[in-house]
Amino acid sequence: MEKREFHITAETGIHARPATLLVQAASKFNSEVSLQYQDKSVNLKSIMGVMSLGVGQNADITITTDGDDEADAMTAVAETLKKEGLSD
Amino acid sequence: MRAMLKGIAASDGIVCGQVYRLVDPQLTVQQRAITNLDYELNRFHRALEAAVSDVETIKTRATKNLGADSAQVFSTHIDLLQDPELITAVEQRIRQQRINAEAALTAVVRVREAAFKGLTDNPYIQERLTDLRAVTKRVTAHLLQVSLPDLALINQPVIVVTHDLIPRNAVAINPHNILGFVTDLGGRTSHSSILARSMAIPAVVGTQHATERLANGDMVILNGTRGQVVVAPDADELATAQAAMHERAANLKHLSQSQHHGTVSKDGVGVTVAANIGTVNDLPGVLQHDAEAVGLMRTEFLYMDANRLPSEDQQFATYQRVLAAMAPRPVVIRTLDVGGDKPLPYLQSKPETNPFMGTRAIRQSLTHQQIFRSQLRALLRASAFGKLRIMFPMITTLDEFRQAKAIYDDERSKLTVAQVPLGEIKIGMMVEVPAAALLADRFAQEVDFMSIGTNDLIGYTMAADRTNQDVAYLYQPYHPAILRLVNRVIAAAYGAGIPVAMCGEMAGDPIAVPLLLGMGLDEFSMSAGAIAKTRRLIGQLSAHDLQGLVETTLNQASTSQEVITMVQAAVPGLLT
Repeated sequence: MEKREFHITAETGIHARPATLLVQAASKFNSEVSLQYQDKSVNLKSIMGVMSLGVGQNADITITTDGDDEADAMTAVAETLKKEGLSD
Repeated sequence: MRAMLKGIAASDGIVCGQVYRLVDPQLTVQQRAITNLDYELNRFHRALEAAVSDVETIKTRATKNLGADSAQVFSTHIDLLQDPELITAVEQRIRQQRINAEAALTAVVRVREAAFKGLTDNPYIQERLTDLRAVTKRVTAHLLQVSLPDLALINQPVIVVTHDLIPRNAVAINPHNILGFVTDLGGRTSHSSILARSMAIPAVVGTQHATERLANGDMVILNGTRGQVVVAPDADELATAQAAMHERAANLKHLSQSQHHGTVSKDGVGVTVAANIGTVNDLPGVLQHDAEAVGLMRTEFLYMDANRLPSEDQQFATYQRVLAAMAPRPVVIRTLDVGGDKPLPYLQSKPETNPFMGTRAIRQSLTHQQIFRSQLRALLRASAFGKLRIMFPMITTLDEFRQAKAIYDDERSKLTVAQVPLGEIKIGMMVEVPAAALLADRFAQEVDFMSIGTNDLIGYTMAADRTNQDVAYLYQPYHPAILRLVNRVIAAAYGAGIPVAMCGEMAGDPIAVPLLLGMGLDEFSMSAGAIAKTRRLIGQLSAHDLQGLVETTLNQASTSQEVITMVQAAVPGLLT
């Protein structure tokens, strides 16, 4: 299992477009990918789950990947967060 | 039977046709117990698939009309429809409670909505709630076997009757199939009206009760000039309306021709200002802006809109319509320019590492000759209705042009033998590959006309893929290298006594226009919206005076910026 924390710097938080891209990135892997924010944890392969968290600017989130391709999944998610300007 | 609805005259014109109600049906979901679990799960999955297919269609339309960014919302909808959490939750509810799929879906979404509502501080949540409701409604409609209307799903010409047109609707409009609009709400300046006028689609708005009074399939006459809708007209009324439709079309045409004074520079040099079009829907704009010709008609849409090859007759009808509407003005129609980055789904072509340099445009036509021949036959048959110019895209070598021309000659002689009436046709090429520009003098001996396609010419000359943001800075229309190539082509055409046009973005660019006029370009072809501005600019310029500017830029400029500075110094106030 891999676990990493990210600080969301984007002014608009994780809104529709990046949420869609994060879900698409996570969905490519077999591993379970989850996003934890405050006391809630959701499946990062679920667009509804991600949106329902309403992650805004300055949020600290934790991404967990668990499975045979957990390292690659973490890299892909981290890259998407960076590419979309969500996190440094 | 006959009835009349009154509203506000929002967009001129009279049309008759059948009503398509764009009104969301009331979806009433009732919970019932089920016995066959597999059947119910299967029903749910089939409805999901049908909904995804609908949204894919809408997304394709939106991407085409407004670009990929604006169609992003539909990707979110598709993700929602494929959301594993949502699907699992519904499946579980069906299994555990043994209830029907629509009831299970409604219950699951209700729980999610409640979770979303707790997050009112996030401005995006409200929008996502709308998305979730939209996709739920679509799946539910499929489960209840109720059709959920959508502009993007219309596939035949109809008069759309709706409560109000909202911007989100407009994304999906395929103007081919929309004869007119009737709305309950709105005034002359409301969004619906502006939208209708911009597309030159007749409209009556503010009728208050149209959606209640009209049913799908009702025959109506819409008079957008008077603000009236006649329901179930009798034969006489229909005939009168049809005559009025024709008269109006003829008047418009007459008006656009009588207004026409041509485009002349300050020192009396006459040039042609023409329009680039993609579909027949662009014609009203072309006539309205009084374009002196169609300098480029792209034919890709005929092929890319469809799931299979368009028939020769289908193509003929389209070409004929454009030629007749523009006659006696010339229409340059470009043969199919697909392949590479624009693949045809029904043509099995192998993936290419660098599609921009692969099998596209004329290369594709010469490889798939049956498609090419069918297009040429349709063009030849339509030539009797106007002034046709056929243009081959992406010609790189003389051999390619000769091959294409030979195929054209072959089809032409077959039709002549069959005594099919043909018009006067000219055959030209698009100059968009540096090899062709450098050899323009040789090409000029064999073609009837040339047209410079700047978008690709710039891409190939600067070795920059224009879809790649990282090299976008290399898209430099005023780069001295580009100007030298363009000048070379114009000079070659001039030397051979054939006309030369430009049909890329550059032709309507205020910095480029003085240079092109000075070089002696005959025809400037651009999107209709840029015509008036360019015509006015040309009227203020003196072609002979600009020859000095052309020489200076060609001989002395080393960078784009230097060119811009030189042009601005020579023609003060250009960008104001």
